[in-house]
Amino acid sequence: MTSISEDSDKEKMRSVSVDLNNDASLVIDIPDALCERDKVKFTVHTKTTLSSFQKPEFSVPRQHEDFIWLHDTIVETEEYAGFIIPPAPPKPDFEGPREKMHKLGEGESSMTKEEYAKMKQELEAEYLAVFKKTVQVHEVFLQRLSSHPMFRKDRNFQIFLEYDQDLSVRRKNAKEMFGGFFKNMVKSADEVLISGVKEVDEFFEQEKNFLLDYSIKIKDATAKAEKMTRSHKIADDYNHISGALNNTAADNNTAFKKHLEKCAEVFEKLRKVEDRMASDQELKLTELLRYYTRDIQAAKDLLYRRARALADYENSNKALDKARLKGKDVAQAEENQKQCLQKFDKLSESGKKELTSFKARRVVAFRKNLIEMTELEIKHAKNSVSLLQGSIEILKSN
Amino acid sequence: MAASSERSPPPFPDLEEPELLEDRDEGADACHRRSTGTSISEMDSPSPDTSRPPKDIFNEPPEDIFSDPLSNINSEPQKKVDAKISSPSSDEAVDLFSEPLDDDSEVMSSPEVQNPMPDLLSEPKSGVLGEPPVQKNAARQQDVFEEPPKGSSKSSSVKKAASAEMLGDDDEEEDLFKEPPKVVTRKPQPSGPPVDVFTEVKSDVKVKPQVKDDPTDLFSEEALTAPAPKPSANSSSSSRTNGVHSEEQDLFSEATVELSLDSPRNDRKKDAVKPSVSAPAAPEASSSSKAPSKTLEELEEEESEDKFDLNISVTNPEKVGDGMNAYMAYKVSTQTSLTMFRSKTFTVRRRFSDFLGLFEKLSEKHSQNGYIIPPPPEKSILGMTKVKVGKEDPSSAEFVERRRAALERYLQRVVCHPSLLQDPDVREFLEKEELPRAVSTQALSGAGFLKMLNKATDAVSKMTIKMNEQDVWFDEKIQDVENEEQHLRKLHVMVESLVNHRKELSGNTAVFAKSVAMLGSSEDNTALSRALSQLAEVEDRIEQLHQEQASNDFFTFSELLADYIRLLGAVRGCFDQRMKAWQRWQDAENMLQKKRETEAKLLWANKPDKLQQAKDEIAEWEAKVTQYERDFERISATVRKEVIRFDKEKARDFKRQIIKYLESVLHSQQQMIKYWEAFLPEAKAIA
Repeated sequence: MTSISEDSDKEKMRSVSVDLNNDASLVIDIPDALCERDKVKFTVHTKTTLSSFQKPEFSVPRQHEDFIWLHDTIVETEEYAGFIIPPAPPKPDFEGPREKMHKLGEGESSMTKEEYAKMKQELEAEYLAVFKKTVQVHEVFLQRLSSHPMFRKDRNFQIFLEYDQDLSVRRKNAKEMFGGFFKNMVKSADEVLISGVKEVDEFFEQEKNFLLDYSIKIKDATAKAEKMTRSHKIADDYNHISGALNNTAADNNTAFKKHLEKCAEVFEKLRKVEDRMASDQELKLTELLRYYTRDIQAAKDLLYRRARALADYENSNKALDKARLKGKDVAQAEENQKQCLQKFDKLSESGKKELTSFKARRVVAFRKNLIEMTELEIKHAKNSVSLLQGSIEILKSN
Repeated sequence: MAASSERSPPPFPDLEEPELLEDRDEGADACHRRSTGTSISEMDSPSPDTSRPPKDIFNEPPEDIFSDPLSNINSEPQKKVDAKISSPSSDEAVDLFSEPLDDDSEVMSSPEVQNPMPDLLSEPKSGVLGEPPVQKNAARQQDVFEEPPKGSSKSSSVKKAASAEMLGDDDEEEDLFKEPPKVVTRKPQPSGPPVDVFTEVKSDVKVKPQVKDDPTDLFSEEALTAPAPKPSANSSSSSRTNGVHSEEQDLFSEATVELSLDSPRNDRKKDAVKPSVSAPAAPEASSSSKAPSKTLEELEEEESEDKFDLNISVTNPEKVGDGMNAYMAYKVSTQTSLTMFRSKTFTVRRRFSDFLGLFEKLSEKHSQNGYIIPPPPEKSILGMTKVKVGKEDPSSAEFVERRRAALERYLQRVVCHPSLLQDPDVREFLEKEELPRAVSTQALSGAGFLKMLNKATDAVSKMTIKMNEQDVWFDEKIQDVENEEQHLRKLHVMVESLVNHRKELSGNTAVFAKSVAMLGSSEDNTALSRALSQLAEVEDRIEQLHQEQASNDFFTFSELLADYIRLLGAVRGCFDQRMKAWQRWQDAENMLQKKRETEAKLLWANKPDKLQQAKDEIAEWEAKVTQYERDFERISATVRKEVIRFDKEKARDFKRQIIKYLESVLHSQQQMIKYWEAFLPEAKAIA
């Protein structure tokens, strides 16, 4: 069981991937979370001045599934088709650290007590980091919704925030899961089909090309960044080296011992810095890219919906022509055509707005994260520099 | 060759020191080489004219002493004095020269018999037990040892007087004459086959009182020459010489036996270097417990003096030849102000097998003395094959660089060893244009096979030898070394994995950099696009940094550990040599026991005809036992000294390397700061 309450970290955490126009009328955060086995219980805290809520401040317990449910209902709501729907938070994944913890337990006999303690401490830190990240992505999801002029008024969203019992949303059963999968398949097939439809608006044409390209690139970059941050095992090695040096020193009683001990100490300190550097890189860079991979997918989904509407409109035009030709059901076809056009126009209009703001948001988020990452990199590098300088001095002097 | 003869002055110290050394070696090889002509022709000296004078002097003395002491001794001193007067600067050379001798043959007791001959002879052969020459030598030495006592017991007062006159230094003389009796008490009279030379000398001593003066003459000569090194040591390059001096003292103070056998010359030397130590040295010898602390002190002292002005670098690896016969040649450049070398800078080309050959030669000569011979890097058939095939891939370039660096470190370690530096093979390796091709290093050659076989039998015998360690110091040290090797192995694995991970990180960073560059090119916001491509550049540079750091991890840290794992192996080898010596001694002891039993039986059976033979055998084995015991004590002392030296060297080396390593890490972090700081405005410029 792990529980965290992040107050000091909140600023840092929220800074992740999105810049939100902070509107005091509806402020949501997740101050606390509880991890039980594979379930994570988030405490969603809301402060509001909106009259649609009964109380100005309240907290409710929510699980990851509840967030998914909220996301799905919003996606399914027809009237939101013209918006970029904030991407759902990824499922909490504690497998990595948990597995390591398991391995550590198995290897307990093969290492010294100190090594074990250090490893355990390290794993706990890793676990905590994953945990924090999980909380953070969930929080961001809610904050995105709350900052959106339409979503914040969503009924389901308000229920999600306010209903003080367990939502106990039914988990998706196998059929639905498969249905979801099937829907995705159809969607991608459909995307290919309607890609033949001639674009009428240059902005969307451009945007489509850009997003398609960008999504491939950012997916790739994310994967590479993940790989890069994952290969930051240097800290682990430093740890091992430090341990091994200490062991060597323990059995030694010549002048050698001093050097070894000093050296072990340096490595131990370097490890800490390296550790932080790696986790900051992960948080600021990889997480950013990851988030925008999802967000761009959401933007692409919007384009798809619009393209679908466009295709529908063209079809309805054809149908109308046919009906006129046959002189049958003309009124109905006209009606249909009109609706389709309306829907398409609406989607285009809101989509344009959404995409423009999305672009601005992305740029701001990248800026913020890159600056923060750079500053942290500098900070850590400076730390190691002063650390190393000090150690070298000491080594040289004795 | 008689040390006394070597004392005779060569005209140009810097030039002929090498020769002197070479000469000694030759002397060892070729016993008494009488014909000057042949030896000159055999010497590879680039300047025969300078080589002549020392040669002459060298070849004469053995004759003098061994064959005809009477006639020559009278003339010899004169010669020497003359020579001395003619070129005082040569003393330095003399001194330098006498040291290695001492190191090699500490057993040598008194200076007049300081002929390395018997010792040097017996050493190579000592593996072959019971061979006549060895016995002879042992006997010979003992005879010689007994000589002074006889003289002194007869008329020590006369001698003292005489020597006091000559030397003007009473102390030393007393040392001289006090010590030998100890030897006598400890040692049974060798009735073994005395060499004619000795009988001659003996009889001389007995018959003619005049001859008594001869040893003193010799002594006095010693006395005259010995103080001479002092100024020379102070004057020029010989801080090193000083180091060696004190080492000698260590040797003698450590080993009880040696001290009791201690040559007056050495005592005098001690006086020359450190007057304070000399007096208590002899009494202290009996209490070995004091020795270690003293050694430490002295080594401490030595450290400061132990500065070699000798820079060796191995550069320009170059492939010679084609196909499977291709090999890598390296440029070995030496820069030195040591006078033992012909010039200040010189360069030779050597191939890998030459380096191995040097090691072979050194270990053949020195390992049974208990020296730690730095091991060269291992042969790597795989790595070399790659190089031979000629693929210009980074792994083979890395292999070559790795080997080059390892060879450089290897050579530096060799010349850092004060005794190995004196070895003619080392100097030859560094100086001589062409080396005879080292053949025994071929990986799968017959010699290699034999070596493997030898190693196997060694391993077996090591297992069978059960030595009950008497010496706590050794007991602990052996354990320590084994533990340390274990730890270093573990540490090495860790550092290797650090290297690999860093390389992996570097690779992944490179891939990410590319990916970010692509992302940047797709980005439609100009500022962000620019920033992303800048980020890609930064990541690219960081990739370079990681790569550099990885190679630093490897070269300064991982290779250091690998070196020391190898070196600790060599240290263990020394311990094994010591154990072997012990075993030999024990075996001889057992044999002696048996012989005595046989004698008792014969006595009981009353068989006088065989009794004499048995007695002879007992005497022979007694001599052997003493010899082996002394060997063992000597090797123990050397190993101990070597290990202490090694530990010091190691601590220093580690410190230096670790600082170097940390500095490399520091450097890469500083670069990192630079890169990120350059990027920061770019990130801020995103709008």
